[in-house]
Amino acid sequence: MSYTYEEYDVVVIGAGHAGCEAALATARLGFQTLIFTVSIDSIAMMPCNPNIGGSSKGHLVKEVDALGGEMGKNIDKTYIQSKMLNLSKGPAVHSLRAQADKQDYSREMRKVLENTENLILKQGEIAEVLVEEGKVKGVRTASDAIYPCKMVIMCTGTYLQARCIYGNVSNHTGPNGLAAANLLTKNLVDLGIEIRRFKTGTPARVDKRTIDFDKMMEQKGDDKIVPFSFTNKAEDIEKEQVSCWLTYTNEETHKIIMDNIDRSPLYSGDIKGTGPRYCPSIEDKVVRFADKERHQVFLEPEGNYTNEMYIGGMSSSLPEDVQYAMYHTVPGLEHATIVRNAYAIEYDCINPIQLKPSLEFKDIDGFFSAGQANGSSGYEEAAAQGIIAGINAARKLSGKEPIVLDRSQAYIGVLIDDLITKGTNEPYRMMTSRAEYRLLLRQDNADLRLTEIGYEVGLIDQERYEAFCRKKELIEKEVNRLKKTTVGTGKKVQEFLKLQNSTLLQSGSTIAELLKRPELSYDLLAEIDKERPVLPEDVCEQVNINLKYDGYIQRQMRQVAQFKKLEKKKIPENIDYDEVYSLRKEALQKLKEFRPTSVGQASRISGVSPTDISVLLIYLEKIKNEKNEKSLRNGGLV
Amino acid sequence: MMDYDTIAGIASGMGGGIGIVRISGKEAIRIIGEVFCTKKEIENLQEKRKSNNYFLKKSSHTIHYGFIVDDENVILDEVIVLLMKAPKSYTCEDVVEIDAHGGPFVIKKILELLIHHGARLAEAGEFTKRAFLNGRIDLAQAEAVMKMISSKSEFALNSAMKQLEGRVSSYIEEIRQEILYHMGYIESALDDPEHYDLEGFSSRLYHVTKEEIQKLKNILDNFENGRMHSEGIRTVIVGKPNAGKSSLMNLLLDEERAIVTDVAGTTRDILEERVQIGDIVLNLADTAGIHDTDDFVEHMGVEKAKEYLNQADFIIYVVDTSVPLDFSDLQIMELLSGKKGVILLNKSDLDIVLNREELKEKLDWDCISFSSKTAEGLPELEQYMINSFLEGDISYNDQIYLTSMRHREAVEDAYQSLKQLMHTIEDGMTEDLFIIDMMDAYKKLGLINGETASEDLINKIFEEFCMGK
Repeated sequence: MSYTYEEYDVVVIGAGHAGCEAALATARLGFQTLIFTVSIDSIAMMPCNPNIGGSSKGHLVKEVDALGGEMGKNIDKTYIQSKMLNLSKGPAVHSLRAQADKQDYSREMRKVLENTENLILKQGEIAEVLVEEGKVKGVRTASDAIYPCKMVIMCTGTYLQARCIYGNVSNHTGPNGLAAANLLTKNLVDLGIEIRRFKTGTPARVDKRTIDFDKMMEQKGDDKIVPFSFTNKAEDIEKEQVSCWLTYTNEETHKIIMDNIDRSPLYSGDIKGTGPRYCPSIEDKVVRFADKERHQVFLEPEGNYTNEMYIGGMSSSLPEDVQYAMYHTVPGLEHATIVRNAYAIEYDCINPIQLKPSLEFKDIDGFFSAGQANGSSGYEEAAAQGIIAGINAARKLSGKEPIVLDRSQAYIGVLIDDLITKGTNEPYRMMTSRAEYRLLLRQDNADLRLTEIGYEVGLIDQERYEAFCRKKELIEKEVNRLKKTTVGTGKKVQEFLKLQNSTLLQSGSTIAELLKRPELSYDLLAEIDKERPVLPEDVCEQVNINLKYDGYIQRQMRQVAQFKKLEKKKIPENIDYDEVYSLRKEALQKLKEFRPTSVGQASRISGVSPTDISVLLIYLEKIKNEKNEKSLRNGGLV
Repeated sequence: MMDYDTIAGIASGMGGGIGIVRISGKEAIRIIGEVFCTKKEIENLQEKRKSNNYFLKKSSHTIHYGFIVDDENVILDEVIVLLMKAPKSYTCEDVVEIDAHGGPFVIKKILELLIHHGARLAEAGEFTKRAFLNGRIDLAQAEAVMKMISSKSEFALNSAMKQLEGRVSSYIEEIRQEILYHMGYIESALDDPEHYDLEGFSSRLYHVTKEEIQKLKNILDNFENGRMHSEGIRTVIVGKPNAGKSSLMNLLLDEERAIVTDVAGTTRDILEERVQIGDIVLNLADTAGIHDTDDFVEHMGVEKAKEYLNQADFIIYVVDTSVPLDFSDLQIMELLSGKKGVILLNKSDLDIVLNREELKEKLDWDCISFSSKTAEGLPELEQYMINSFLEGDISYNDQIYLTSMRHREAVEDAYQSLKQLMHTIEDGMTEDLFIIDMMDAYKKLGLINGETASEDLINKIFEEFCMGK
């Protein structure tokens, strides 16, 4: 017997990293939001690695923050170690990563959710998304309660028909033994949604007291930290940091793995899901890179108030006894006691090419999907999709056009475009190499790129927006000043250059020109820059980068201009590809399947050639001309 | 009107006396101004370089007589230039047509010059496409052109051309793979900095880049030299004195098919005769040493003979079957082992005393019975060579030649990108910035092989480097 309860604007299924951002976005934008989770104790849980950020993922977190999301703020509250990676490389690939206190992270996020207006939390499993005539009407829980709603955002992570496996042990649960969501998949299939089965895995956790740290190398955090959130200042969130530890596998480890490889469910065929190439299990690494003598292993604390340590680099689904044997070969882990076994997890997710760039299903009005359920992997990738799905569900409720970030605006744009245009055959992880315009998409300028959009959406308040405008203005002013300020060949300048091992000037130069020399920087040049104003550090950083990499940035901007040309050419939703003369068969079929929204997107679909794009452009031009002619005829101008 | 880049292309067929090169786009007038000289200006080219564009103030639909002069002030051709300003032209853009009469080679040179000055090589049908997009012609006309474009690839290329392109393709692919590997390395280090470091990488990459640049330069130079030498299979005839080499040479050089000139070969004292057999062209090597009375090895010296044979694509070994194998034969066969060729059993009209088993044991080549007197076996020999070529057993010598302007343009672009990369490395920039130019070069070279780059890098990273936690 089913009951119908009160109506909500939005129902979010799942309270992981995607679900939290989605629900916070819709609730903060004023819509009554109900969020479901299989366990209230597992909100924003981190079931795998105990850190947030890292190469390119750090960029995502900063972008989420610039749009008004929560992940950056939450990790700033709960980090226990902070590190900027790639500092020896260019600013575009500097990447922030923080170790989190997992419990704290989850608790703090829960606090935020519980104290957000318009947001209601509920423990329960969703069995069905109610759809009538292609439109979302509500959801039905496993206990047969019906909640009518206008929008549904699915953020089911790794819980759909989840199964955890190691050796011959197989449990039908989600991560950490939490209940799986076993009912929704069937409903999705009935709704015509294509389902995939993916797999991922996690290493064992060991007891800190049983580790010999003398045999490992200490990995400390940075002395000078950088917050994730643009709303935080470093000095306000500084704290005592904990260390991670580095050790290595060796030939003995590899031998044990190879000797027992037939007992791995990965190789016996028990696991059928597709795993991520980025996070291979240790048995995968040993088999695929047989010539490597050792692999890195990082011991990372799971939090401040637990002895559990995460063994980064050694995820596995080997049987328990093999796990023990293999971990014990690693220097420092000889006597380690396992607290939780490593395991692989299989789960259902959707084929993301069924989504629009707004993350709404192409065929189901009001139904959005975000996070690992879309075939991605990682907390940050999930949060990034979550906030976009939340924003777009809210905008749909207000009758506004969706927010779509393109590949030249944000890593989030790259992530979503890749998922919906190329699809993915493995859990998709963000990587810096996926971003064509990464020189423009830096972690340091995420606020400059996206605050405006966050403000327009309504997730960035007036105060923050004004601070952003001031910062932008200061940068522009200072850049212009340096482009006009010249220094001569006077003694002071030449001596300064000599001291910096820099070529002496033959004639006058602007400071901006000098700044392009690799050995000089904005800070160093202060010495010969008489009229320099006192500016905040983040402004100085932007001025330095903008001028130093000016040539490269200009080149990248030209590439972007080229890219935008095709991106701006929209394809009408009702286009009949059969009418497009002389498309190749493969292209025709792909275009029908993907229904791209712009010519740019069409050009990225595999199987659509440049010739097909020419043909498509000509067709679009033709229908535009016909329309113009018609409106001229009907417009009474004649 | 839409805002497109400027394109140039050959508007007439390549045969016949007069050829038309067409330029369309907003840069067309600037470009023609830079390469065109009036009769008066030709007297003092230095002055001309400084003066204003001759065409700037000329009105539309006018005809101008003068010369096309390249950047080294060499006159390429005497021409007539038609100026048609936007929008009253075929494409509705500024259009310039150059009527040249110096033949295909000169027309190609002119086109290259225009590209060098900033025009892009027009794709097939692109002038028509623009004409349509700018509203100049209707869809029916444009569609006819598009149909032509899509069916173009279905024209079967002749086999010789195909093989030539295959060689270019694999040569280019090697360079691409080298670039890809190094991009993969950089990206892995950026994505997993605790795992892969870039210590000393940039100087390694510098060396690699230098080598790859040289490789690109080589094929660009070859293109400049034209393809005169390229379209032949370097074929060498060997055999001991009096085996019948010159008779064979004469048979193959039958006057009717010998091609015009003797072309100097790479070894100074060797001349090459060009001979056409069916679809394939042989560069038949003749040396001062291959007079029938001389011992080939003795005459040239072992080292030189070796070197000479190494340059051959195909060897015809003529054996006199009327006498037994001797030391001279053994010496030759030793040099031939591991190479490609065929054995001609000459003098099949006489009594055969040669031991074929012994021959077979020493040199595992196919044998053809032959008589230089009666020309028996000549058709078999020709058929044999044609088949070997078509089946890919013989290929052209090691020189790689670009077969089209489009390819040349792509290689030129890749070359420039790698040059830029060298600068970036010299400037001490960080490795992540290298990728911009490497990717450019990689994509440009991909145009030659018809490959797109989209997932290559990601796949390379996972394939070669062990990533992640």
